[in-house]
Amino acid sequence: MRADLIALLPELMLATLAMAVLLAGLASGKARHGLLGAGAVLALAATGVTLWLAAGATDPGAHFFSGMFVLDHFAIFFKALFLLTAALVVLLSHDYLKRNDYRPGEYLALVMFATVGMMTMASGVNLAVIYVGLELMALSTYILAGYFRREVKSHEAAAKYFVLGAMSSGILLYGLSLIYGATGTLDLATLARVLASAKPGPSALVGVALLACGFLFKVAAVPFHVWTPDVYEGAPTPITAFMSVGPKAAAFAMFLRVFIGGLAPLAASWIWLVGVAAALTMIWGNVAALTQDNVKRMLAYSSIAHAGYALVGLVAGGPAGVNSVLFYMLVYTVTNIGAFGFVILLESRGYAGETVADYAGLARRHPAAAFGMLLFMLSLGGIPPTAGFMGKLYLFAAAVNAGYVWLVVVAVLMSAVSLYYYLRIVLQMYLREGDGAEPATLVAAPWTERVIWACGVAVLVIGLLPAPFLAAARAMAGAVGLL
Amino acid sequence: MTWFLVHFAEIVFYSLAAVALAGAVGVIAFRSPVHAALSLLGTFLAVAGVFVLMQAEFLAAVQVLVYAGGVMVLFLFVIMLVKARDIPDEPQYVRRLVPAAVGLGALLAALVGVGIWAASGGLPADGAALRMVAGAPLGNTEAVGWSLYRDYLLPFEVVSIVLLVAMIGAIVMGRKESGRGGAA
Repeated sequence: MRADLIALLPELMLATLAMAVLLAGLASGKARHGLLGAGAVLALAATGVTLWLAAGATDPGAHFFSGMFVLDHFAIFFKALFLLTAALVVLLSHDYLKRNDYRPGEYLALVMFATVGMMTMASGVNLAVIYVGLELMALSTYILAGYFRREVKSHEAAAKYFVLGAMSSGILLYGLSLIYGATGTLDLATLARVLASAKPGPSALVGVALLACGFLFKVAAVPFHVWTPDVYEGAPTPITAFMSVGPKAAAFAMFLRVFIGGLAPLAASWIWLVGVAAALTMIWGNVAALTQDNVKRMLAYSSIAHAGYALVGLVAGGPAGVNSVLFYMLVYTVTNIGAFGFVILLESRGYAGETVADYAGLARRHPAAAFGMLLFMLSLGGIPPTAGFMGKLYLFAAAVNAGYVWLVVVAVLMSAVSLYYYLRIVLQMYLREGDGAEPATLVAAPWTERVIWACGVAVLVIGLLPAPFLAAARAMAGAVGLL
Repeated sequence: MTWFLVHFAEIVFYSLAAVALAGAVGVIAFRSPVHAALSLLGTFLAVAGVFVLMQAEFLAAVQVLVYAGGVMVLFLFVIMLVKARDIPDEPQYVRRLVPAAVGLGALLAALVGVGIWAASGGLPADGAALRMVAGAPLGNTEAVGWSLYRDYLLPFEVVSIVLLVAMIGAIVMGRKESGRGGAA
């Protein structure tokens, strides 16, 4: 039991501190943004240290809690990524919450609870654990999407996200129950053994298909993407940034663990399904992004397209494929948080400053921030020397080596298409003058700017010196225990 | 008569299943929310009957207490509190979705059929699996407790945080927004 608790210590710690932040928010009467924000960041940092200690004291191959929980390198990589994401989002939220005058206590606590859910998902090797982790993450995110209660759009986003999310959870559960009915187990390793030893019946196959549908919804892949633009547009922008990276990375952790782990013996049945979804996602995400004038919607479609690229790595499978997805998630996280940080800077009260035209002439008025946005756009488009280029390179190389050349051709063509809408923003910033009565200006938001700086530096460092990060991803995926 | 005795369990099961399905259809077919809720009650009770049939008496009791009792009372409370009138005629756009709904419904029915057909061979027919938890024959309630607090301890605990978050969410969403950052 003691070893069990040590392995679970990071989650326990974060959940406890989240409750502390919640209570501190209630007790502090007046909204104490600085105090609570600093508390949340410190809590996340402390959890990171705990994770490091717990990882050192735990055997990566061991199973805990009746074989339901592991703390292997794969889980550690994702947990560190989730903690980083949450910390960046808390910092981004600081200025935004203050400016829009919303209470920080519950908000920060919910971000932390969502992180606990994501960490549980990354460590679960039993479908029941993975599912409850997923629900913890999803429920917290639904509430966060609707947190700005004075905004009608935020209500709409929360309602849509909740109804569609609940439906997708239902589909996922139905798939889980069919698989359980067919194999009699929820444990991923046992599942792989049972499926490998006997020819799976139709109920297992239907279960896998439904499971794939549920997972594709959670990563916002076509044809289960329709909720994304509305939810991303309506939600508070730091939460949009969070949703576009944190829950998405968690869904990919779950996708990798379940499909490449437990369902590997059925790969022949699901690989074409995921492959076609990846191709459709890349095509539709990029084509639809071309026509968007609202930057948040454009970034929503862009994040759909990026889920498609990451699915290519999943289809490729094997250590190289898993590595490349892990590395890509890191790259995508720092890039997308930076890009949304810039949107937050530009957004003044009442959701103004969201259209592409608002970006005109910003390079002259705010050269430093505009340069950051240039980096993020280049990284999302996959242009060297940014991190996005390295991320795509390793993904596509893994897929080519695994023999999925057609998928890589689609991916490369669609990356070229994506340059149009990424560079459109750059063009507006650098080459157009801001005409109209009042040109958009950036609002003062020191912490948001610091996050942009940090993400910008990360994008360049990962792009120029990818070796240590790749080695980290490789060490992590190499010992996944599921390959 | 012998046929009846041999197939008694199946006859009871299909009767209960029919009641459960009819109740579920009633939930979406009745115009009045109160009727819909009462129809759901029928489904809950029929499912409790299915649990009894599978010799899971504890689950049957929980089903009646928690769902037919607690959850249903909450439903009725909410319906009374918000004074929901009969749901008005469906607007035009809902009608246009009918063909799609019929198609998807047929697909779902096919999937369910396949699932039942394929799974009917593999599931334990009685409570034997439950009774043999940890290698020792246990009573029904002990088996559930054993399973919940030992084997499934971790998901059980995570669910408690999920419930906490749901509660926070209900409060955040239901709270009057006090505007300029004051205490609630």
